[in-house]
Amino acid sequence: MPLVKNGKITADAFVHLADDAEIPGDGAILVSAQRFLGDAEALSRRTAPTGVVWPNNRDLDDLVPWLDRLAVVALAFPSFRDGRAYSQARLLRERYGYRGELRATGQVLRDQFLFMLRAGFDAFEVKKQSDAEAFAGTVKRYSVFYQPTGDGRLTALHQRMMLRHSESASQ
Amino acid sequence: MYTYDELDRTLINERVEEFRDQVKRRLSGELTEDEFKMLRLQNGVYLQLHAYMFRVAIPYGTLSSAQLRRLAHVARRYDRGYGHFTTRQNIQFNWIKLAELPDALADLAEVGIHAMQTSGNNTRNVTSDQWAGVAPGEIEDPRIWSELLRQYTTLHPEFSFLPRKFKFAITASAHDRAAIKVHDIGLRLHKNDAGETGFEVLVGGGLGRTPFIGKTIKPFVHGHDLLSYVEAILRVYNRYGRRDNIYKARIKILVHELGIEKFAKEVEDEWLQMRGSALTVDDAVIEDIRSRFTYPAYEKLPHMPEELKKAAHDPQFERWRKNSTFTHKVQGYAIVTLSLKPVGGPPGDATAEQMDAVADLADKYSFGEIRVGHEQNLALPHVARRDLPALWKALDAIGLATPNVNLVSDIIACPGLDYCSLANARSIPIAQELTRRFANHDTAELIGRLHINISGCINACGHHHVGHIGILGVEKNGEEFYQITIGGRADEQAEVGTLIGPAVAYGEVADVIEDLVEAYLALRERPDELFVDAVKRLGVEPFRERVYATR
Repeated sequence: MPLVKNGKITADAFVHLADDAEIPGDGAILVSAQRFLGDAEALSRRTAPTGVVWPNNRDLDDLVPWLDRLAVVALAFPSFRDGRAYSQARLLRERYGYRGELRATGQVLRDQFLFMLRAGFDAFEVKKQSDAEAFAGTVKRYSVFYQPTGDGRLTALHQRMMLRHSESASQ
Repeated sequence: MYTYDELDRTLINERVEEFRDQVKRRLSGELTEDEFKMLRLQNGVYLQLHAYMFRVAIPYGTLSSAQLRRLAHVARRYDRGYGHFTTRQNIQFNWIKLAELPDALADLAEVGIHAMQTSGNNTRNVTSDQWAGVAPGEIEDPRIWSELLRQYTTLHPEFSFLPRKFKFAITASAHDRAAIKVHDIGLRLHKNDAGETGFEVLVGGGLGRTPFIGKTIKPFVHGHDLLSYVEAILRVYNRYGRRDNIYKARIKILVHELGIEKFAKEVEDEWLQMRGSALTVDDAVIEDIRSRFTYPAYEKLPHMPEELKKAAHDPQFERWRKNSTFTHKVQGYAIVTLSLKPVGGPPGDATAEQMDAVADLADKYSFGEIRVGHEQNLALPHVARRDLPALWKALDAIGLATPNVNLVSDIIACPGLDYCSLANARSIPIAQELTRRFANHDTAELIGRLHINISGCINACGHHHVGHIGILGVEKNGEEFYQITIGGRADEQAEVGTLIGPAVAYGEVADVIEDLVEAYLALRERPDELFVDAVKRLGVEPFRERVYATR
């Protein structure tokens, strides 16, 4: 499954670690929320990068205290029709100020890339190779956005206000 | 009328191109039907019994004549020459070919019409009072706020995959014509003591399998906070709404299971963290949207022009005028409802020729503007009263002057088993038969206001729960049966109707309705006690007795 990061297909430095696998001394790993919370103190102090895969039906409260020690938070789309992780992503970015990698996992498809970007995801475990290859073009489909999110894109309302101000300033 | 600016136009063109690409990938097999299904639904495309059905949004029920002509063009060019106006200010085309859909969308986009989110588990078309901006006594034009919400809900990056569909309705009048109490979020515009605009917010209303009347979650949300408050509701719903069972996934179930107090607290906690964010709507933003609505330059006209006095001698004209024209906020003007419920016709259907003719009449008599109401009728919102006789003749010539607005044959009905793959039973032939039974206008006027709503299945697209008489098609051992409810209503006193007894067979429905109407005529206290008020006073029992005594 290709990983898209910074808009490009990239080798995944992280290994998804099974819950019964031994924690390696080095190497970047992604562990489940359950495993992480079982020994969060030690895991978050690993010298190698550590990330956690957070389920979409669990509140973020238990995750928030550890955010600045995590290299990756991976959120789950068990089906692309299940949109809970969009809310989690926005909360992590916009409310809890998480700045590390925010990765979309599960049924990650082309037609949701832009929604995910706007919600704050910056890494994508894409289901299909062809979708991953189409990433750069797909996210340029739209140039107008009606809603403000943490991605900083100007909204249509905001653009209109700026236009009005520049018009009245030039008069 | 709201006029799209360059940004609005760019966005819908980008949406058309995106959908064109999605259709191409489906036709090439790159997308599976399962993957494509949600994508097409998010653009209003259903797979029905015979063909794809295409649902186009008419935001807050306002159309320009150019837009209506373009809908006629789509009906003619891509469909079979007609369209069906729905209970949510949409129009449906029933015979569209998938490969031609992107072109149809592109044609519509040229006049600022789209099909975004007319289906799917996302925020749907924002609906409002079809008399917005012209109703006497209205607090302010709710379409300004409807448009704000239309933009806010379009392609929302967080809420495009909700547990289930999500519908907004707004009213700014004391009499609710937008059925806000049976919407996921209902907004009643009003002013606080300081004279500031805000909204009573209702949540958790809805019909379908488990009908609920919406509950007030907050009596006053300031206009500045409308979007942040709505976002708080949507976020709570997105996170906690049920996804394990499609029939329990609407927000009404979450509100019901948590209780309104607990749900309100969740929303309040969320909102307090977002209030004052970039979602705050300042006055300049509202003014900017308001500035792109154009309003007619009304003339100073007499209330009783000569033309009207003269025409008053024609009893047919007078019958229509009394039935189908309504008081306008400006003296000398009238709001005219165009009945799409001719005797023997399918409710809400209009041919391409009718749509073109109405567009021409709107240009001539209504400042180029047309409205669409949830009762599946059209309206011309700004007709000078002196033009009423001429307009009536023109409407009569195209079959749109049936004087049955709000009467027993002004029936709301879903497409039912004639088209819909979800239906258990037919709706349209039941409606057609009822319009024939009550074709006599004198009888219909004697009966007075009476709303019959028909749904062909439990999904309740025909709003049967809130009909004064509701008819619900069910299937019993492979045959069509119909459950009858009475006492429902969709206005500011919204109530869910009560079942009168066992379901009746297809062939008996019209007889049962006639029995109910006869019982009402015998039982009513005064001629102006409406059917629904008589049911409220008497309960279901006397009606039940009348219907089942001989069956």
